[in-house]
Amino acid sequence: MDKNGMHDRLRWGLLLFLTPVFLWLVLLIVLPQIDLLIMSFRVESGYGDSSWSLYNYRQFFEEPIYWLTFVRTAVYSVLVTFLTFVVALPVAFYITKVVHPRFQGFLTVLLLLPFWVSELVRVYGWMILLRESGVINHFLLRMGLLQQPVEMLYQDATMIMGLVYTSMLFMVVPLISALESLDNSLIEAAYDLGANMGSILYKIIIPHATPGIVSGSIVVFMLTLGNYLTPNLMGGKNSLWFTEQIYNQFIASFNWNQGSAFGFLLLFLSSVIVWLGLKLTRQNLRKVVQ
Amino acid sequence: MRKKSIYSVILIVAFWAVGSGIVLAEELALLTWKGYAPVNLVEKFQKETGITVKVTYSNNEEMIAKLRATRGAGFDLAQPSQDRISSVQQQFKIYQPIDLSKIDSKQIIPSMLEAVKQNTMVDGKPHAVPFCWGTSGLVVNRKFAPNATDYSDLLNAFYNGRISYRLKRPTLIALAFAAGENPFAKYSNEKDYEELMNRIGTAMIAAKPFVKSYWTNGDALLESMRSGEVHLAMAWDGAGWKLHAEDPNIDFVAPRSGALGWIDTFAIPAKAKNVKAAYKWINFMLRPENAAAFTNAEKYGTASNGANQYLDASVRANFERCFPMRHIANIKWYPPVPAKLESIEGKTLDKVKAAQ
Repeated sequence: MDKNGMHDRLRWGLLLFLTPVFLWLVLLIVLPQIDLLIMSFRVESGYGDSSWSLYNYRQFFEEPIYWLTFVRTAVYSVLVTFLTFVVALPVAFYITKVVHPRFQGFLTVLLLLPFWVSELVRVYGWMILLRESGVINHFLLRMGLLQQPVEMLYQDATMIMGLVYTSMLFMVVPLISALESLDNSLIEAAYDLGANMGSILYKIIIPHATPGIVSGSIVVFMLTLGNYLTPNLMGGKNSLWFTEQIYNQFIASFNWNQGSAFGFLLLFLSSVIVWLGLKLTRQNLRKVVQ
Repeated sequence: MRKKSIYSVILIVAFWAVGSGIVLAEELALLTWKGYAPVNLVEKFQKETGITVKVTYSNNEEMIAKLRATRGAGFDLAQPSQDRISSVQQQFKIYQPIDLSKIDSKQIIPSMLEAVKQNTMVDGKPHAVPFCWGTSGLVVNRKFAPNATDYSDLLNAFYNGRISYRLKRPTLIALAFAAGENPFAKYSNEKDYEELMNRIGTAMIAAKPFVKSYWTNGDALLESMRSGEVHLAMAWDGAGWKLHAEDPNIDFVAPRSGALGWIDTFAIPAKAKNVKAAYKWINFMLRPENAAAFTNAEKYGTASNGANQYLDASVRANFERCFPMRHIANIKWYPPVPAKLESIEGKTLDKVKAAQ
């Protein structure tokens, strides 16, 4: 009886604390999403009247610019994810295994530091550095390495660099936590048995860090795919990102129905890509999330 | 016990005073373009009326999207262009009719007031009054591009890598005029308009390699013109004149096929909370000396009647230099945009942006 009463009270307490979260989720996230979902299946004809239709989804597959933009965005996102991994692995390895434990915290904070300012400010920083009349060009000209200033901004390579820079942290942190549990003696033993760097990397480090790699990759991939600022500001004239396509539908064309359909397609297709990635690497989502 | 209750009374009174103090500090939520609410005028307005102006910067498309999302709530006053009001109002009902009896119409140039009234008429009621006007045309660095005279130069290989414009509807309209078409005459015929836009889009894609960047923000454009990265841009006259004041080589040029004339307005959102303050701000901003202060700072023409005498000589010189009579007569004023055209234009612009 007594125990039951306590149970009840606990439950009511829990309910009380969960109500704001619940209201927040339902009113501000679930309901608008449902509204968008309904909107994506409707087509407006002229002034105010609309009807049910799959037209918005069909548009995506029938208009090459739409799905080509998505493919481009997805391919670049995969590339960014891979490059981020390549850059982040040595960094994470250095922090966890090479450097003196006393400096580990300091180095992690150094990694975090750029994230204390907003993404917009960081991107503008890059723009000041890279533009034709920018800092880097100025120095290269001064040193006589260049005769003419080069436009480094507004190119795909620049955009990819910006995206890798933006998402580095989200790869390094899971890698650090994955590598921390790696026993140093395994690497030492491998060296004793005559293994070289490459085989240690492929046979010991990467297999051990796989859960970290996969969870980092999912986060980086999703963030890159959904990024709007960096491609828009650094990418220049050719860089139509799929998120910009959504923005254009909502803002420039006033076509909210098409915009929401694109939004859900982005959600669905990116989930499919992540699922495929998990299948290909034979990973289990539950294990990765842990 | 008594002491306690005295304290609580004091506390309640204190809270009430603070609370009403907040209510007394009246606010005007203004949705406008960058530069349309200069700080000195905002401060002057506050001194005169006690109303604080909360400014949100935006552009035509975002203004409509924001007001559409809230069905006309969240702002007390907006400043869309006159051609983007009537069809939007018919579709989404985001504005309320403007009460001309509350506007000091002596302060407004009569022809402009009448034109905006006609163009924003929905259900027999006007929805906006004019605030300022300007044109889109070419901003040219004479040192590098002395021969640029028309929009078609935006597609000219001669200026390879030194061209910049916005991927927005004015560019499409401008290039259509430069191609000898009259896009405004095709507004009423969706099919013809789509065909025209496709043609313009193809030309833009073919000339895409010559483009340096599609600018999205006015400050970024000014910076790239200043630094000499861009020699030829399509932009607003005010932007060109601002640059002219810094570097006499750069100036606005009214293109041969006609500068595109726009009028930005005052329109009151449907669910504005402080309508009274909105009218106060409108009358305040159109008072000749205030309107002139705005024009002197931003260089855009004003709709205020009698502001001319307060204008700086350099600002008057801008108009005289770039708009002799024949250019004024050639200005193409935007008629109201019918619904549906936006998605045709949007698709064309998407294609241009996506093209490699």
